[in-house]
Amino acid sequence: MASSFTRLISGRNTAALLASLGAGTMAAGFLMSETGPLAADKKTKLYPPSSDFPDLRKHNNCMAAALTPAIYAKLRDKVTPNNWTLDQSIQTGVDNPGHPFIKTVGCVAGDEESYEVFAELFDPVIKDRHNGYDPRTMKHPTDLDSSKITNAVFDENYVLSSRVRTGRSIRGLSLPPACSRAERREVERVVVTALAGLKGDLAGRYYGLGDMTEKEQQQLIDDHFLFDKPVSPLLTCAFMARDWPDARGIWHNNEKTFLIWVNEEDHTRVISMEKGGNMKRVFERFCRGLKQVEHLIQERGWEFMWNERLGYILTCPSNLGTGLRAGVHVRLPKLSQDPRFSKILDNLRLQKRGTGGVDTAATGDTFDISNNDRLGKSEVELVQLLVDGVNHLIECEKKLEKGQDIKVPAPITQFRK
Amino acid sequence: MPFGNTHNNFKLNYKVEEEYPDLSKHNNHMAKVLTKELYGKLRDKQTPNGFTLDDVIQTGVDNPGHPFIMTVGCVAGDEESYEVFKDLLDPIISDRHNGYKATDKHKTDLNFENLKGGDDLDPAYVLSSRVRTGRSIKGFTLPPHSSRGERRGIEKLSVEALTSLDGEFKGKYYPLKSMTDAEQEQLINDHFLFDKPVSPLLTCAGMARDWPDGRGIWHNDNKTFLVWVNEEDHLRVISMQQGGNMREVFRRFCVGLQKIEAIFKKHNHGFMWNEHLGYILTCPSNLGTGLRGGVHVKLPKLSTHAKFDEILTRLRLQKRGTGGVDTASVGGVFDISNADRLGSSEVSQVQLVVDGVKLMVEMEKKLEKGEAIDSMIPAQK
Repeated sequence: MASSFTRLISGRNTAALLASLGAGTMAAGFLMSETGPLAADKKTKLYPPSSDFPDLRKHNNCMAAALTPAIYAKLRDKVTPNNWTLDQSIQTGVDNPGHPFIKTVGCVAGDEESYEVFAELFDPVIKDRHNGYDPRTMKHPTDLDSSKITNAVFDENYVLSSRVRTGRSIRGLSLPPACSRAERREVERVVVTALAGLKGDLAGRYYGLGDMTEKEQQQLIDDHFLFDKPVSPLLTCAFMARDWPDARGIWHNNEKTFLIWVNEEDHTRVISMEKGGNMKRVFERFCRGLKQVEHLIQERGWEFMWNERLGYILTCPSNLGTGLRAGVHVRLPKLSQDPRFSKILDNLRLQKRGTGGVDTAATGDTFDISNNDRLGKSEVELVQLLVDGVNHLIECEKKLEKGQDIKVPAPITQFRK
Repeated sequence: MPFGNTHNNFKLNYKVEEEYPDLSKHNNHMAKVLTKELYGKLRDKQTPNGFTLDDVIQTGVDNPGHPFIMTVGCVAGDEESYEVFKDLLDPIISDRHNGYKATDKHKTDLNFENLKGGDDLDPAYVLSSRVRTGRSIKGFTLPPHSSRGERRGIEKLSVEALTSLDGEFKGKYYPLKSMTDAEQEQLINDHFLFDKPVSPLLTCAGMARDWPDGRGIWHNDNKTFLVWVNEEDHLRVISMQQGGNMREVFRRFCVGLQKIEAIFKKHNHGFMWNEHLGYILTCPSNLGTGLRGGVHVKLPKLSTHAKFDEILTRLRLQKRGTGGVDTASVGGVFDISNADRLGSSEVSQVQLVVDGVKLMVEMEKKLEKGEAIDSMIPAQK
């Protein structure tokens, strides 16, 4: 590449000038000069990958840990079949250096193929985020048979509410970072048409974000259903808030126990929830609802993005596999004060959040406790893990109430061999 | 970038009405002009650098605006945007710049000696004087579209040009990503430091990408001449000082700009300029001179007079709070500057400020004495 420039340059002085200013960028500038614009493809050759490699020295996220100049050079000029690029995938990670205590993912997929075309970046990111899961050699199990779950009705003196969520993407349409307005509207159309076919306890209706009345909006806020335009720079820097609120909306059943977000961070987020401790029923409805929606879209020739390496394909690599977060709001006044609380959660492969969700603080003694893992274990396994964990936490709390001591449980193994 | 020309051809598989944005709740110049038909006509086009119609309008789609404030709602990604998308941008330019026609020519005059007066604004009222403009460097794409490599190239060129200045322009460059805490503190105290844009008008246009890579501030040792690199434009050039000597501020502005331009031209990277649109900048509102010349002036009585806004309009001036655009005035002190950018020269725009502020200070003095000012109210300039 350098030689083609030097051919066009004559004279020692010019070469010296170029050398002193940094060959790649200045050669580009010198050639462009007053003679007019250059086509985009010529430009990529004039700016070598090294000139574009992001400065990640102050960054703490999975993308920054995985992206080397060599990988960047190899992938920068590739595009997925929908013409999504590496720079677009990593923009959110470049713009959000992260926090020393919290390691974010730092990259998103623009479409299903991103995970393949940019595998050299996504595979190590996935490995980092999902406890060593290797997409090249491992398979992800999918199991939505809720009848397998045991002991999943919690003591309601402690558990205030139960919830399971996941996401689903519609195969053939670009994901929220990349989708055009027409694609996003198509996602909305496909999903809303399918949901209109749900019956019985799942029958409900759709509220488009742009068309809802003040009254409907207030009701959705009171029910804690309404989602708002993303403000987190993790999402906005990944282009997910474009054209807001076009084609975004909320669907829920009349009983307000099954809820679907359309075109927020994923094509769909599917939520089953209810007050109290009946996680068995919550998960049963979750699985039944998901299967029915899948059937309804298949009737019209659509399907969910899924493969056996990565399970369900979602925008953020952190949600691959099951995309499942099963959790409860649970009161643990004594246990939460115990210095061993974090270790116990760790070993049970659970995480705590405040009752406002991710990145919020707990109020009082009530915590949101949910599964840590998403990929490498099935839905049934993860929900059972959450159930067993919560039961154990409640046992600890009861012990502490009686003045008895508790033990830290042994850590749970990572992957099914 | 930001959204990739690459995806554009893929979108063409969808019908125009499927892709056309919903602008029914919008109040900005772009929304007024962009009909479905026009969208259909322009959507398959892209500039040689790959900037597309959706790239141009994204900020206007994402920011419906306010009933009282009409924002522009679109940006250029490169010099060619103004040509390739002229069917959209010409009517917006006309709307925003007082009916400026596609056939009009813009006059550039940076000869400070053509300014009359301006060295005697009463410092008891005029607290500070400032002139700013922007410049884009030919051969690079603009902030909404530029890659990291380009942005660094712009920075490198700019730093080379600026650090070669001497005399009253001798100064130093502070890159945003490596300044020390002490330097940062000093720049904040001097009111020089610019921060990562938070306004969605800018962030939705992709201008904050990769922050703070390739961004920085240069200023002379005297702290009277300041250049921002890679914020909303390639360069923002600012001349300022305390007191009312606008003439001196403008002299330094013109001299400094011309020195800088000469250096860029030597490297075959002159400024983007043409005889129709003058200096080419990211936002269509800054075309022409890109010049905002203004003062911080105490007008507690005049600002509460019923005809204040009318007077400003006739003088072709605008008011802002002392925090800059979209801030409120504090203690009767206003930022008064020229309203126009395109269709009149730098000298004539600064002349309007000088003459207009002089008149308003006279009015303020009259009101202090309890006298009426009706006879002083000027005709429309």
